[in-house]
Amino acid sequence: MSPTYAQYTEGEPVADAAAPPGDIAERWDRRRFTARLVNPANRRRYKVIVVGTGLAGGAAGATLAEQGYQVVQFCYQDSPRRAHSIAAQGGINAAKNYRNDGDSVHRLFYDTVKGGDFRARESNVRRLAQVSVEIIDQCVAQGVPFAREYGGLLDTRSFGGVQVSRTFYARGQTGQQLLLGAYQALSRQIEAGNVEMHPRTEMLDLVVVDGRARGIVARDLVTGRIETHLADAVVLATGGYGNVFYLSTNAKNSNATAIWRAHRRGAYFANPCFTQIHPTCIPRSGDHQSKLTLMSESLRNDGRIWVPKAHGDGRPPNAIPEDERDYYLERLYPSFGNLVPRDIASRAAKNVCDEGRGVGPGGQGVYLDFADAIRRLGRAAVEERYGNLFEMYERITAEDPYQVPMRIYPAIHYTMGGLWVDYDLQTTVPGLFAIGEANFSDHGANRLGASALMQGLADGYFILPATIGDFLARHRPEEVSPDHPAVAEAVADTEDRLHLLLSVDGDRTPDSFHRELGELLWDECGMARTEPGLRKALERIPALREEFWRRIKVPGTGTELNQSLEKANRIADYLELAELMCLDALHRAESCGGHFREESQTPDGEAARDDEQFSYAAAWEFTATGTAPVLHREDLAFEYVIPTQRSYQ
Amino acid sequence: MPRALLTVTVMALTTKSASKPTDGKRAPGKPAPAPDRPKRYPPSLPALLWHSTVGKKTVLAVTGLIMVGYLVAHLVGNLKIFFGAEEFNSYGHWLRTLGGPVLHYEWALWMIRVVLVAAVVLHGVTAYQLSRRDIAARPVAYVHKRRRASYATRTMRWGGVILGLFVVWHILDLTTLTVNENAETGHPYENTVATFSTWYGNTIYITAMVALGLHLRHGFWSAVQTLGAASPARERALRVVTDTSALVLTCGFISIPVAVMTGVVN
Amino acid sequence: MKVTLRVWRQPGPDAAGEMVSYEVEDVTPEMSFLEVLDTLNERLILDGSEPVAFDHDCREGICGACGVVINGQAHGPERTTACQLHMRSFADGDVIDVEPWRAAAFPVVKDLVVDRSAFDRIIGAGGYITAPTGSAPDAHATPVPKPAAETAFEHAECIGCGACVAACPNGSAMLFTAAKVVHLGALPQGAPERESRVLDMIGRMDDEGFGGCTNTGECAVACPKGIPLQAISSLNREFLRAARKSA
Repeated sequence: MSPTYAQYTEGEPVADAAAPPGDIAERWDRRRFTARLVNPANRRRYKVIVVGTGLAGGAAGATLAEQGYQVVQFCYQDSPRRAHSIAAQGGINAAKNYRNDGDSVHRLFYDTVKGGDFRARESNVRRLAQVSVEIIDQCVAQGVPFAREYGGLLDTRSFGGVQVSRTFYARGQTGQQLLLGAYQALSRQIEAGNVEMHPRTEMLDLVVVDGRARGIVARDLVTGRIETHLADAVVLATGGYGNVFYLSTNAKNSNATAIWRAHRRGAYFANPCFTQIHPTCIPRSGDHQSKLTLMSESLRNDGRIWVPKAHGDGRPPNAIPEDERDYYLERLYPSFGNLVPRDIASRAAKNVCDEGRGVGPGGQGVYLDFADAIRRLGRAAVEERYGNLFEMYERITAEDPYQVPMRIYPAIHYTMGGLWVDYDLQTTVPGLFAIGEANFSDHGANRLGASALMQGLADGYFILPATIGDFLARHRPEEVSPDHPAVAEAVADTEDRLHLLLSVDGDRTPDSFHRELGELLWDECGMARTEPGLRKALERIPALREEFWRRIKVPGTGTELNQSLEKANRIADYLELAELMCLDALHRAESCGGHFREESQTPDGEAARDDEQFSYAAAWEFTATGTAPVLHREDLAFEYVIPTQRSYQ
Repeated sequence: MPRALLTVTVMALTTKSASKPTDGKRAPGKPAPAPDRPKRYPPSLPALLWHSTVGKKTVLAVTGLIMVGYLVAHLVGNLKIFFGAEEFNSYGHWLRTLGGPVLHYEWALWMIRVVLVAAVVLHGVTAYQLSRRDIAARPVAYVHKRRRASYATRTMRWGGVILGLFVVWHILDLTTLTVNENAETGHPYENTVATFSTWYGNTIYITAMVALGLHLRHGFWSAVQTLGAASPARERALRVVTDTSALVLTCGFISIPVAVMTGVVN
Repeated sequence: MKVTLRVWRQPGPDAAGEMVSYEVEDVTPEMSFLEVLDTLNERLILDGSEPVAFDHDCREGICGACGVVINGQAHGPERTTACQLHMRSFADGDVIDVEPWRAAAFPVVKDLVVDRSAFDRIIGAGGYITAPTGSAPDAHATPVPKPAAETAFEHAECIGCGACVAACPNGSAMLFTAAKVVHLGALPQGAPERESRVLDMIGRMDDEGFGGCTNTGECAVACPKGIPLQAISSLNREFLRAARKSA
């Protein structure tokens, strides 16, 4: 009998060979110095493909083009300005210490490693903190309209339980403003002819020639034409894979195809089970729900979270007397109360809903009540602080949060896992780089608020442009023949697969599979995971995948704009990725950050990390669809931040 | 070196162009190559203005304002009709001797006429060009029709045409006296009364003045907006000024045929 | 609820299009307008017909991808994007007309999908501040007065959805262009390129085949982000200033 998917084997450990040794504070400077440089006159001869135009991709494309490389860039949207970075609300961290409140590069580094529950690589995080300072300068110079004080200087706020005020913001639209800054810089390079931009074009495969990434296979979404683009290096900036859950705060078309295809071509996929759940999202209102909307966490500063004490209490919230309400976070975590970290708040909400005390449609929600805050501060003060969020909530739910408590429920919104990269952000396929949410590097098992924007821009503006030069300098600009068998093979694979999707002509829509997979994953590999649940999912996913390829129905043809085909092709990859996520979650028999294994908890029900056994990043090597992958461990050494157990009681 | 360069060229040729024939026609959803447009701006201010929609709008606004200024003076003069034939006729005579003795008889008047004709022509030509462009920019109409903008805004084009035709008639009637019932040179008072003693004279005139009011109501405000003089602080005041001036000019001009009809002026 | 959608169907850029009626049942007031299209599409797929193509992505009203004209109004009856429009704005039994943005500069790609790349080219012509990576001085080197920062932000909120062009009877992109010119012009960092920016952007806007502004104000009414009409006046002022200085 052949081994099942769960019977993975373990390969050689994988090590980050790119980070220089020595004092952590000097590593990045040393790396930049030891990196080989490409003569400015020669840069024009190198072609770099960048896939994605979010904060990481947009910044990288613009910067590489400024440096003189030929950039060929892709996005599936109709414009590079629409990447989902645009939806980030809260802000961007930077260790500027403008407040003189004790912040420093080292403190941001420390907070990030600790926030990531000690599953991130120290060298990378230290560099991220160092570069954060330059990001703010860069963005201000581009005209990003950050919030300012009356003196004309930048305003900051504190975020997510950090003790310093280091988050720069532009009202509730920080992501939008930062992205537009990068988009404008990119647009300038497109106009100058330094970037060849391909909007409405989706990468469907990676071309690996003689062990080196040399290009991509992409589909022009308007004409359906399959195109090959060849280059000297390929950069993936294609974001996270949260949409595998179907309902998430990701954009509808955000997808994992680029990184999954790269994984299939040899790039290791690290820590796929590290997914982050955001506690304050608007709950789903029915089966038609297509996506979830996040509301800023800041609401928990003044709102009180509760559910009825009685099971299945159907009374309207205002009719439930005070002594019949359970303010469960305040009860369980008296010292932090409603302000416990994201993962804890999310899990607690799930637990009360599982007990049958959830509120709203389907019992999937808890109340976030501002009645006390309104009584204490007055309506005007609450309106000033949260007016725009209340408005958004009311537009979506038609309920007035000044009168009726809000209903909230956790939702998937970020994935810490991604392609394994070294200090140079290079994957295990030489010449293939992964930046932004697409890689696994900086957030460990849990990302702190306002750090996603920081990482995307750090990778795109500063880190990749420095490290990719080293790679290019070591390789002469050489052509790859478009007739090379590896190119032809990648094209043929893509064409066959699309052809197959179109020819099954079954009786189920792409969305119906996506929903089913999402529900399964949410139940078994969501906020709380158990060994039996994960084993069940690992049995169910291959069956669902088999059913998909038997019953999928995709109307239309491949030679036109065909949104059903796009969807189906992405779902086919989710059906493979989901399996790896469950396996990773099963193998990591500890709880850490966003990964909570019910078997591994303290007597108080908190996440119990197992540093003895699991202080490593799990990098998975693809073998074949449905066949057990190979695990490569990257052991994590903590020299500067000593692991401790988190406690919020 | 040349080999390396060749390599790059080949790579460029074999990537996108290999799979995508360039038929010169842009596929929808794809960026067009940068249009062939000189990067430097036209050498002179008039050329710069004439080559852009915003510049043409400026011409439209400035010529419109010149005409508004003329209309104000014209109305003031016209209202003299209420003070009797002698005063009105002597005003008409003064217009011809304006600027004397430095200027010859009617020279000043001709200067004004030249400026006005230039304004009317430029106003008409830019309006025509902009309208052509605007109509071309929206080649397919929405199936679901919905009332858009105010009546005054929607009638700018036809209102302008009506006013153009009216000006021709008005000149033939009271300047050249070609179609005037009285046609007595040097007696504008009698000629005016004659026009407004006919049903068609009143109809044409009053219709045109209503059209003028509507045209001004949107046009005057629009000109201010086009010249960049509008601001949030001034918005209310501007609306009041433009609406009031449109109303005053319309009522002022219409008061004359009404006065003739009611016998106040005869 | 049950509604009838009359949707513009056009198989491709050069094909003829027509309005086609579809009845959609099981509509609830909580559904977003795009979720009704999703529901319709699920049924069309199972019936073996082509689903309705429409652009959408974030569904939070910020990416600017979605945009259809609903009953003659860009993004429909509420001042928000189509993805944030909910069916409670409609009544049971309503007949709802759904059409793509109409403008020469936004050719139809398929059904309700149009090509808005002209907007990207307007930005490319000058809608940026030249600040190559690494060249920036410290963020506090140039204080920006709070009112200027506020003005910049309010105009930077534009999501590039194209509703202004769709609503304008002239298919004009003045509000879009104005939003960027005012945003960058309000900041000291934007000053060095102030003249070239406005002249280049307006030049490109004209080249792309957008109509001129006749100050109807329809654009500002349709704008889901509330970019004020006033921005256009500011753009005109900037243009005239730049024209004087450059010519």
